[in-house]
Amino acid sequence: MALGAIILGAALGYASIKFKVEGDPLVEKIDAILPQTQCGQCGFPGCKPYAEAIAKGEADINCCPPGGEEGIRKLADLLGREFKPLSEEHGVEKPKSVAFIDEQTCIGCTLCIQACPVDAILGAAKQMHTIVAKRCTGCELCLEPCPVDCIAMVPIPETVENWKWKYPVHPIKQVTA
Amino acid sequence: MNALRKLFRFNGGVKPSYNKEPSTTEPIVDFLDVAGMPAEYVIPLHQSIGGVPHPLVAPGEHVKKGQLIGGPDGFVSSAVHASTSGLVKAVEHRLMPHTSGLTALCVVIEPDGKDEWIEHAPVPWRSMAPDEVRDALRDAGVVGLGGAVFPSYLKVNPGKKGALDTLVINGAECEPFITCDDMQMRQYGETIVRGAGILRDLTKAGQVLIGVEDNKPEAIAAMNAALKATGEQRIEIVPVPTRYPAGGAKQLIRVLTGIEVPHGKRSTDYGVQCFNTGTAYGIYEALELGRPLISRVVTVAGNVERPRNYIVRFGTPMKDLMNVAGAKPDSDRVIMGGPMMGFAMPSADVPVVKATNCVLVGSPALFPPPPPEMPCIRCGECAKVCPTDLQPFEMYWFSRAKIFGKAQEYHLFDCIECGCCAYVCPSRIPLVDYYRFAKSEIWARENEKAAADQARTRYEFRMQREEREKQEKAAKLAAKAAETKAKLAAAGAAAPEDDAKKALIAAAMARAQQADKAAEAAPAAEAAQPQAPQE
Repeated sequence: MALGAIILGAALGYASIKFKVEGDPLVEKIDAILPQTQCGQCGFPGCKPYAEAIAKGEADINCCPPGGEEGIRKLADLLGREFKPLSEEHGVEKPKSVAFIDEQTCIGCTLCIQACPVDAILGAAKQMHTIVAKRCTGCELCLEPCPVDCIAMVPIPETVENWKWKYPVHPIKQVTA
Repeated sequence: MNALRKLFRFNGGVKPSYNKEPSTTEPIVDFLDVAGMPAEYVIPLHQSIGGVPHPLVAPGEHVKKGQLIGGPDGFVSSAVHASTSGLVKAVEHRLMPHTSGLTALCVVIEPDGKDEWIEHAPVPWRSMAPDEVRDALRDAGVVGLGGAVFPSYLKVNPGKKGALDTLVINGAECEPFITCDDMQMRQYGETIVRGAGILRDLTKAGQVLIGVEDNKPEAIAAMNAALKATGEQRIEIVPVPTRYPAGGAKQLIRVLTGIEVPHGKRSTDYGVQCFNTGTAYGIYEALELGRPLISRVVTVAGNVERPRNYIVRFGTPMKDLMNVAGAKPDSDRVIMGGPMMGFAMPSADVPVVKATNCVLVGSPALFPPPPPEMPCIRCGECAKVCPTDLQPFEMYWFSRAKIFGKAQEYHLFDCIECGCCAYVCPSRIPLVDYYRFAKSEIWARENEKAAADQARTRYEFRMQREEREKQEKAAKLAAKAAETKAKLAAAGAAAPEDDAKKALIAAAMARAQQADKAAEAAPAAEAAQPQAPQE
């Protein structure tokens, strides 16, 4: 019996080292749902810290405006919590936009480059900056540091390539008896 | 013809009324011969699957017929050419032949009436490397003309084995009303057979099977005559049973070879490739004559006085075709393609493009408005007719409930949107609309997910970089501090030699202090002076 206990104990000890889980898998799962805009509207300095706070139970699931209602539903499903509407103090859900720099006004101060969390702004000191639209997450973090207010958020237009078929809707007709 | 060839069958399918006769009474004619040139050709740059070609001409430029105006962009993309010679009026956004009613970049050409070809010469494809032939086909803008407009050069490939077993040429044309392939086979059978011969040699196919639905006896006879006249080897015309959608690539492959291409595989994995008859024609023209794809055969049918097939240059407004064919006054819509799989056009002003096999004019009498949708009664009729062996009712429930993951588990993306399920549905549910909705939602989500993943890696990389820069800065500062310390220590050791210098510095400092004191005293005196008179 004692021998068995020792063998099993050794096996368990070995397994705990061999199959050690790196990091918290729940944080990874929450992080996968978050939109990765890194905008900080939730009050945390990025999506990962917010995911960690949710996993620890320190933050609510309805603090992410870019994720929107759908994101909250997914988080509620994952965590077995009740769905809540988006918390107003953190912002409102907006149509997806990308930042655009008015190149006539830009003075090349590099402040926006330092603010961009995903390195989507190209430029150098006293050189005009421009935004790589494909990489921009629309976090709006570059708006505030700009001293000349030359950055605007432009909603992504609907094109033939990204157009979506609409949900089939059938109008209800009034029938006179 | 090999009378002993065993044919197979696909499950399901329907037999709608074909309505093909009206447009087959008159031969194909060049649209220019009956209607002349339009005031302008509006040629969309994005006419095939894949990357949007970039414009190569600017407004004010003169172009010749067949001149490259849109350069292929990316691996999956195909070139676009000028339909006639003339002046580039504009490169701007115009209404697209797309259900969305959105605009996209088009090259607008005002014809000069000369219709002058750009210099072109046959491509010596027999002596060229396969890659060079593919490049030539890409630059000639040849795409699949059956409706999918997939760039053909990507398909002209012998596959992993180095040779195809069977090359299928699709002349089935199962969709009601459409007769462009039928009429092209009747009139230009020899060109199609020669094109099939080129494809056979390029793909090193063991045999070529040209599948034609048996409701087109004239086309079958014409193709057999063409086969005899050209003397091409290893090509066979095979009549296949008439049943919609026999013209689907996977369905025709199954009927002709018995091979059922499973989910997630391609037909080339099984040594089979499929091209449309119109594409074979286009490939012959591109390689043997050196002419890029600038026109195609288009059926004009439906609610018109004179249904017919025309050779139409890309960029011709659909409205012109309707006028020549005599659209009846009660016409209320234009459909690109057939009644089963076609797309409603936002307006008749949109241009004919490479995907336009048919301009179908509708009216309330011909296509009555759909009766109200009723609840699904789970009869299973849709599953019986599904040619891809899916369960349409399951996909419908999940698409309707927006549970997209489940819809995908039922292989939503294997659906070819043939419309058989909606055709037989007793509750008249527009099933395909739900599938299209679900598919585009899933695509959008996958794109968003990919963008989020990329943003995450970029953010993490930035964090790492900032951390590294911080460490590097700290290391640099530490190194500098150590350096000065070492210098100071060295200076301490060398002190005796510097005594003279130190004395000089001390003297200078003393002088400076004296000067400071003098300067302090002077302003005080100045400040005191002006106050004196007041007192």
